[in-house]
Amino acid sequence: MRKTQSILPGFGPALGYTLTYISLVLLIPLAMVFLKTLTMSWETFWRTVTDPRVLASYRLSFLASFLGASINGIFGLLLAWVLVRYRFPGQRIIDALLDLPFAMPTAVAGIALTTLYSTNGWFGRYLENIGIKVAYTPLGVVVALTFIGLPFVVRTIQPVLQDLDKEYEEAAASLGASRWQTFSRVIFPALVPSWLTGFALAFARALGEYGSVVFISGNMPMRTEITPLLIRTKLEQFDYTGATAIALVMMIISFILLLIINLLQNWNRRRMASH
Amino acid sequence: MKRFRGIRKGQNEGSIITEPIWLQRMLIGVAVGFVIVFLIAPLLIVFGQALAKGWDAYWEAIREPDTFKAIQLTLLTAAISVPLNLIFGVVAAWLIAKFDFWGKNFLLTLIDLPFAISPIISGLIFVLLFGLQGLLGPWLSQYNIKIVFAVPGIILATIFVTFPFVARELIPVMQSLGNEEEEAAIVLGANGWQMFFKVTLPNIKWGLLYGVILCNARAMGEFGAVSVVSGHIRGQTNTIPLQVEILYNEYNFTAAFAVASLLALLALITLIVKHVVEWKSGRHHSNSVQINRFKEGISHEY
Repeated sequence: MRKTQSILPGFGPALGYTLTYISLVLLIPLAMVFLKTLTMSWETFWRTVTDPRVLASYRLSFLASFLGASINGIFGLLLAWVLVRYRFPGQRIIDALLDLPFAMPTAVAGIALTTLYSTNGWFGRYLENIGIKVAYTPLGVVVALTFIGLPFVVRTIQPVLQDLDKEYEEAAASLGASRWQTFSRVIFPALVPSWLTGFALAFARALGEYGSVVFISGNMPMRTEITPLLIRTKLEQFDYTGATAIALVMMIISFILLLIINLLQNWNRRRMASH
Repeated sequence: MKRFRGIRKGQNEGSIITEPIWLQRMLIGVAVGFVIVFLIAPLLIVFGQALAKGWDAYWEAIREPDTFKAIQLTLLTAAISVPLNLIFGVVAAWLIAKFDFWGKNFLLTLIDLPFAISPIISGLIFVLLFGLQGLLGPWLSQYNIKIVFAVPGIILATIFVTFPFVARELIPVMQSLGNEEEEAAIVLGANGWQMFFKVTLPNIKWGLLYGVILCNARAMGEFGAVSVVSGHIRGQTNTIPLQVEILYNEYNFTAAFAVASLLALLALITLIVKHVVEWKSGRHHSNSVQINRFKEGISHEY
């Protein structure tokens, strides 16, 4: 199994321990989803995962995750640019705070966002004056998913932007390119792989998110019910097979996304290596 | 350190590869505005609401018996899951960073899996395994062992959700250090444990500390997975995040935010530790860590 001999000790025990631990903690529990689904007939499975209420939840989950990841795509690029290229007061605090959505428990984020955007909240009261309702609407789901995906795009672009050789920009500028042309033709193409990676990570994280969304969404079936919540609801009704069938669909989508992210990262790595 | 300088006129003037000052200021303004709306406001409102009725109400809410029980259960959960995942993280990182073997990338993907799975599904799998309708359920109930909808289920789900953190933090650190120092120790006659405690551990201690803090923050803050396997019995199977949910749904907002502020404080401490660790380990800018990660193909943080 080992490709090259190393004089360092511990390969055998480490491999054995790692595989055992992963099997017990990860593989056996995950296998349950497949085992449980196998007890269903194909017709029942198909009927469960294409029920109108389930389809509505996929639509909301996908659309809101896509919008959240897109907002992060735009503002993440801007934040990375501002943090790497400019100097301004409070910069280090903002840089450190960007990891907050990773560290803050989702339930806390959920109640905080709901309070901000509810009718009497700091933002809600002004938004409602101009006719925009955020809490308990699909827009609220987008806000929560934007929050939890916020660090991904910034943190994937930052190192690439930091490493970017300014010689190319100087060359473009001295050849007469405007600053915008330099950005769109020289800088941005170099950032595309990491930008897409960040987008895909934010999207994948948003799809499975539960805690921050349940408070702000209002959880109305067909309207503001995300797929993870629907799984939860089915479990509470003791419909274990129904819950598992939908979970399997979500897991397959997650694995495909993981595969895409790995491909994007390989692309990214090749780009970084060639610089 | 030349940070904290405002944008002064003339600083970047004359350079052909920067933007005019007005555009810089506008971009900074929009970026900072976005951070204020999406990060700073949620953080402020947690503490604002928690203290809305004064310090006395705040202490009252935290000292409430059910909340106190929830804090105890959360501490117990973290005290079991964090050490287990710490040991796993060190062993798995040693294996992946120091040796080349067939299937290594696949193993890395497996370690990443809990990141890609919805917390609800992370809870569901344990219900399917240990629940009454589950695979082991009938057998366990014969012996009167209750795992899901009880404390063991909460601990198992927490272990599942948090097991990548230490490994993911250590792998890039160990890889960037290389094998030379450990090989020298072995050649000079050290045994495996001596090599680990005298050479490896001092080199990885900051990365390890951050991995543990992060793992701990997630263990204490996990909501989705734990809410599926918890029986939601007040004072018995409620962790801090679940207690926040109950209080909030009872419209007891001050108490909900008071309890939530404990978790928000933990999040802030985690961010501070991250910053200190990056500074201590000589990585003066957070980005160099990310570069290392990227070179190893790891950008998947959480």
